[in-house]
This record gives sequence, structure tokens and C-alpha cells, in this order.
Amino acid sequence: MQKKKNHGKTFAGLVAIVCFLAVVLVLDQIIQPTDSMAMLLKVLQKASVYALAAVSLNLLTGFTGLFSLGHAGFMLIGAYTYAIFTIEPLQRDVVYQYYDAAIRVSFPQMLAQHLGGLGTVLGVILAILLAGAVAALLGWLIGLPVLRLKSDYLAIATLGFAEVIRAVFQWGKLGPVTNGSNPLKSFVRINSFKLTLGGTTLSLSTFVPVLLAVVCIAVIVLLINSSYGRAFKAIRENEIAAEAMGINLARHKMLAFCTSSFFAGVAGAGMAMVLGIAQANNFKSAMTYEILLMVVLGGIGSVTGSVIGATLFIAASEWWLRGLDSGTFLGINAPDIFRNGFRLVVFSIVIMIVVLFFRRGIMGDKELPDLFRRRKKTPSKAKGGQSHG
Amino acid sequence: MLRIDGLRVNYGGIEAVKNISFQVPERQIVTLIGANGAGKSTTLRTIAGLVRPAEGRIHLQAEDITGMSPDKIVSKGITLVPEGRRVFPDLTVLENLRIGAYLRKDSLEDDLNWVYSLFPRLKERSWQSAGTLSGGEQQMLAVGRALMSRPKLMMMDEPSLGLAPLVVKDIFAIIKRINQQGVTILLIEQNANMALHIADTAYVLETGRLTLSGTGKELLSNEAVKKAYLG
Repeated sequence: MQKKKNHGKTFAGLVAIVCFLAVVLVLDQIIQPTDSMAMLLKVLQKASVYALAAVSLNLLTGFTGLFSLGHAGFMLIGAYTYAIFTIEPLQRDVVYQYYDAAIRVSFPQMLAQHLGGLGTVLGVILAILLAGAVAALLGWLIGLPVLRLKSDYLAIATLGFAEVIRAVFQWGKLGPVTNGSNPLKSFVRINSFKLTLGGTTLSLSTFVPVLLAVVCIAVIVLLINSSYGRAFKAIRENEIAAEAMGINLARHKMLAFCTSSFFAGVAGAGMAMVLGIAQANNFKSAMTYEILLMVVLGGIGSVTGSVIGATLFIAASEWWLRGLDSGTFLGINAPDIFRNGFRLVVFSIVIMIVVLFFRRGIMGDKELPDLFRRRKKTPSKAKGGQSHG
Repeated sequence: MLRIDGLRVNYGGIEAVKNISFQVPERQIVTLIGANGAGKSTTLRTIAGLVRPAEGRIHLQAEDITGMSPDKIVSKGITLVPEGRRVFPDLTVLENLRIGAYLRKDSLEDDLNWVYSLFPRLKERSWQSAGTLSGGEQQMLAVGRALMSRPKLMMMDEPSLGLAPLVVKDIFAIIKRINQQGVTILLIEQNANMALHIADTAYVLETGRLTLSGTGKELLSNEAVKKAYLG
């Protein structure tokens, strides 16, 4: 009976996600860049990338109990890998203006020569997968020494490695590959995603990053609900008991770390796509803290919480509180107070309030569907408690 | 079934177990009793593979399992109910039980029913998170979780720790029942009285050495044991 119920739940979830994707697709068409609602699309694009990053960090921090602060480093790797392998061949020498570009492979163009439009799509997908794979590989290498550490020590070590990665990518000697401290540009970005169907052109610039996030988060959710996910949670709850149950700690920690790095790399690729630029300087530890904040705000150990946390964070900082910087907020025009930087002051206060009143984040460790289920179950639970209490 | 030969274990810089040898015959309840720091827990943790011995061999049936990793040892049929229960507090009772069977790929239905028949209370609470159970229920869950790996040998580290006397009685009755259903049991206890009453074979461990052995009844009437452990 439980299985049937779960199937119903999964089906309802799928329907909700498909509806959401359809709405995004429609919004993508009807909102023009000049509209006042254009911000909504921008927020959706950025929030979907951050949501993926937050969920992948949550897989590590919330579900496996590994407190890692190296996320920005893995996103950087993903962003660069994606950018390098999708730069337009004709633009490559312009982008690498001070160096002689070493990698001259561009997946979308390469595959487009053989497969046409489909090749471009496959090329982009290939570059995204490669971005994740390179990040995961590096995650594995870093994980070998670092995963022996516990709690705060692990956080410090991963933080250090992330900074090392950033420094290496800015290193002039690696310029032919990374373009030194100069940004990578002219690669495939979200504006180029269009679908031409019988004369009408559909814009996919918001749909694609949202779809990317939805697919990746779905994979992470499947992993969390598998027996591996259960082992991760057991490690989080009690390492000694988990080990006594026959869970190989080193192997499972490494699996969680590499998976998290993989999706951080994919999120980095998404970030490059959305921003249209990949520069090591953007991936400072401040980015990791932002993502960690989203995870904490949403609820450590809740996937939907991370998504909500990321969306609210991006919407607030990029859209709703913008007015605080530019003079007019909620119809109040006070250019002396509402000027550059004031937004961050208000934002910090809002975060403090949220953290004070939602100690365990917005969702705690519950998922969104749990909230609906719980309401129905409460009376029967109370009865069960009475007969034993 | 389990044979320990000349086991020495260093733990935290001291020699916690100094050359002990003993056997756990099949289908028996064997108990190691002793005071705090006698090396009981270290012995169990070494058998479970959580600690590596400095010297000595551990054989399960004919196979040498010394120094194997804990997951290998669990899959050989040895399971440990750790001291202080250590259930996974934020997971539900059912999830706790599922993790107990983590290394098994076959159907769990029969074993779940078996555990639920031993502990009907767990079935009632299967959707509750384990942290909300009472101490006795958590101990039952820890035992049930261990049984889910379908062990040949179940090792228990102080199952009576921190439980009310009536609950302790229940737990020991269940240990006896599990044993009657064919699971060999290695039990370590500070509550020597209870342990000796159900044990077929018993050993006394003092500061890392085995000093006495015999059947549970023999040790119950032994003057030295009476004086030191039974009060």
C-alpha cells in the first residue's frame, strides 16, 4: 500500500514539474527584455543555477554531514571547462588576446558540422557533462587526503583547496588554457538557445537553465532516495553505528563528495551560460558562503528547501531589494538613504530575522510534499500517541 | 564458531587487550563480564573490524577474518549492536531497519516481519523518527537493526546500559528468544547478574586479561565473582 501511495506522490510531483516547465516556456515567449517583468526571467535564470549549486552542497552538508566549503572552486572548474569547449572557433583568438590558445576544440561547432542543429545541442550537453566530470575528478583527487578530516577541519581544508584552484586558474603560465586572469567570452550562452518551428522562433533562454537545474536536481533526489542516500544519512547521523552496519565510510563519503562536485561543476557551467562570461575572480569563497546561506535558509537536509532558499535569495538580492540601492523603494523616494550599499544592509537584517525565527531554515528537514501529507496524518498520529502515552 | 587466539589490541596508546583467547561455540550465548576499562568493548570492536589488533588471530568457522574491513565482516555474518544504542535519531524506525540490511540486495520483507514479530512496538512506531523513541525502544531498534543483516553471530555491547530494570529484563528475554531461533550471541555486560543467568559460557575479563571461565551457573556461584561483580 505504501508503494502505491509513493507512486501517486511521484506522479503528482512529475505533473507539477512539467506544469512549471511549461509556464517557464510560456513566460520566456511573452516577456520581452524591455518589459518591467524582464527581471523575473533574469531571476529565474540565476536562481535555477544557484538552486542546483545549493542542492548539490546540501547533498554533502545536509545529507552526508560533510561540512565542505569548496563549492565555488568546483563551480569555477565547471564554468571554465564549459567555456573553453564551447568558444566559437572564429572568436577564440580574440578571446585569448594575450596568449596562444592551447585547446582549440569547440564541441558545438565540431558536432554541428556532422549533425547540423542537433549537433550544436549535443555539443553543449557534452560540454556540460565534461564540466561536471572534470569537477568530479578534481573532487576525487582533493577528497583522497581531505575526507579523512572531520567537521570544521574538513571545511577549512576544502576552503583552502577552493582558493588554490582559483589562484591556479589565474596563474599567467596557464594562460594558453585558462586565459590567465582575463575572462573567457564568446562561448555558447543562454541567449543563443532558440528553437525554430515552422517559421516561429521560440526563445529558450530561461527554459534551458531551468530545465538543466530540474534534471540535475531530479537525479540528486533519486540518489538521495536510493539505498546510497540512506547510507549517506546514516553516516550523517552516527558514523560509528553506520560503520558497524557495514557501510564503508571512506567509499560513501567519496561518492557523496564526487557527486556533489559533479553537480557543482554543472552549476558552474550553467553560471557561465547565464552570465556569458567565465572569470576566476567571480568564484571567490564569498560565493560558497552565499550558497551555504541558501542551504541554511532553506533548511539543511531539505532539497525543496534549498531550491526555495536559492530562489528567495536571488529574487531578494537581484530584484525586490534593488530599489534600496537606486533611490526609490516601495514608492518612497529618499535618495540620501537608499543609495549604493543600503540594499546589503537591509538584506543582512532580513537574513538575521529569518535565521532567528526559522532556526532550522524555512523547511527544516522536510520536503514540500511532506507539508501536504502531514496535515492529513496528524489526527491518526495523535491517536497512536495517546494509546501508549 | 568464533575463535580468538592470542589477541592483543592497543587502543589510544595503551594495551587494552593483553593476549586473550576464547571461543564462541555455535548457537550459544557467551558473555564477557568485567569492570569498566577491562577491555570488553575493545574486544568486540576488534572482532567487528572497527579496531585493528596488534597481534593474534580471529577465525569465523574456518576462515581467518583478522583485519578485514567492517563491511566485509558484516557480510560474513557478524554484526555489532554498539554501546549506547546509537540509533540514527532523525531517520524513521523503518529507515533504521533498512540500513541494518544495507549490504543485502535480496528482499527484506521476511526479515522485517521477523523483527516486527520480535518487537511489535517497532511496527507500531515504524514511521516515527528513532530519536523520539524511549530508551528501551531504542535498544530494541538497535537489536532489530542488527538482526536485519541476518547475522550468524550477534555481538552486543552493554545492552542494559541506562535502562530501567524492568526494561532490562525484557531485553534479556528477547536476547534469549533470538538465540533460540538460531543466532549465536556474544554479550558483554557490566550487569553480571543478568548476563550470567542467560549465558551458556562466560568469561571474566580483568584489565585486558581473561581470569576466569566456566558456564554461567558456575560463575554465578563462584565466590570471587560473587564478591567482585555480584555484590
